[in-house]
Amino acid sequence: MARSHVYTDYHPRWLRRNLSTYWWLEKRAYLAFILREGSCMFVAWFVAYLLLLVRAVTIGPGSYAQFLEWSAAPWVLAVNIVAFVFIVYHAVTFFVAAPQAMVVHIRRKRVPSYLVLAGHYVAWAIASVFVSWLLLGA
Amino acid sequence: MASHIRLQVARYRPEQDSEITFDEHEVPCPKDWVVLDGLNHIKDRIDGTLSYRWSCRMGICGSCGMSVNGEPKLTCATFLADYAPGPLRVEPLRNFPVIRDLIVDVGDFMRKLARVKPWIVRQAEKPLAEGEYLQTPEELEEYKQYSMCINCMLCYAACPIYGLDPKFIGPAAIALAQRYNLDNRDEGAAARMAVLSEHEGIWGCTFVGECTKVCPKHVDPAGAIQRYKLTAAVESMKSFFMPRGA
Repeated sequence: MARSHVYTDYHPRWLRRNLSTYWWLEKRAYLAFILREGSCMFVAWFVAYLLLLVRAVTIGPGSYAQFLEWSAAPWVLAVNIVAFVFIVYHAVTFFVAAPQAMVVHIRRKRVPSYLVLAGHYVAWAIASVFVSWLLLGA
Repeated sequence: MASHIRLQVARYRPEQDSEITFDEHEVPCPKDWVVLDGLNHIKDRIDGTLSYRWSCRMGICGSCGMSVNGEPKLTCATFLADYAPGPLRVEPLRNFPVIRDLIVDVGDFMRKLARVKPWIVRQAEKPLAEGEYLQTPEELEEYKQYSMCINCMLCYAACPIYGLDPKFIGPAAIALAQRYNLDNRDEGAAARMAVLSEHEGIWGCTFVGECTKVCPKHVDPAGAIQRYKLTAAVESMKSFFMPRGA
């Protein structure tokens, strides 16, 4: 070898492999993760959609009727159906992950993870019942 | 039950190769043989130049971690019969530089591990005459899970974040930092926070969760990282609203 051998942290003869750009397609779990992260965009869409609805209601009945007409357009309907599926996926995967992050103690005893998970679903159910009552019952 | 299994073993000889190649061998497959037994059979009977690390053969030393059919596994705890008749592909752990054949360099982890001070830090040691630092079973339970880590590096191999950003401190180092943070005898949490709350510390993790799935000791590094995110966020808020301390 022409050059003298110098020790470095990254030895030139060691094989350094780069992760493929499509690493997230290599495993089902990686794909599920990417979809979970991507679902945030649909959360943002629903926030924007809600703000547009509030704005239409604030302006007046004409504007609200126009908003409803726009919402009934096939492409808006399609986007909202896809967004809803992703929102449910977002919520479910978030709930599944929650017990790992939340360590709850009651009287110095750790609450089992299934109870933390159940707590999330109960809170979700209560919130859904309240919103349904607000929209349909009140 | 198949009497033999085909093993495709990755080879990298730095003096002659620039990429990984595969050698294929037929090895016996009795029901009690693990992948490591298969590799030992190749080394003893077929090709003595094959290089790999191993020591205890019972899931304690953490040195025989390899990629088995693309999954990070301890080869001493992965049975050949589960993959019969093969082919079974054995490769070096992902996300680490390969030194030779199935041997990877874990120096990067060792340097990161030292940064999180994985030992009990005391501001002042109490005199020996005062006896041991006693601990209740509940206090032990708080960190015991994280103390089971054997530094096998399967979690780093499963973590795409570490693969994309080698500066990320990584799952095992953070779990081991938590092992000491949650130990009531330790007083080094503040010193560790400086390292853990860096961008390449806990905030680098996006909770893929694969580190926990592949951990052979059920350490749950992903849980440790998410728990610490909460701790760091609370501490950050405290220092913002109460700059002079509570």
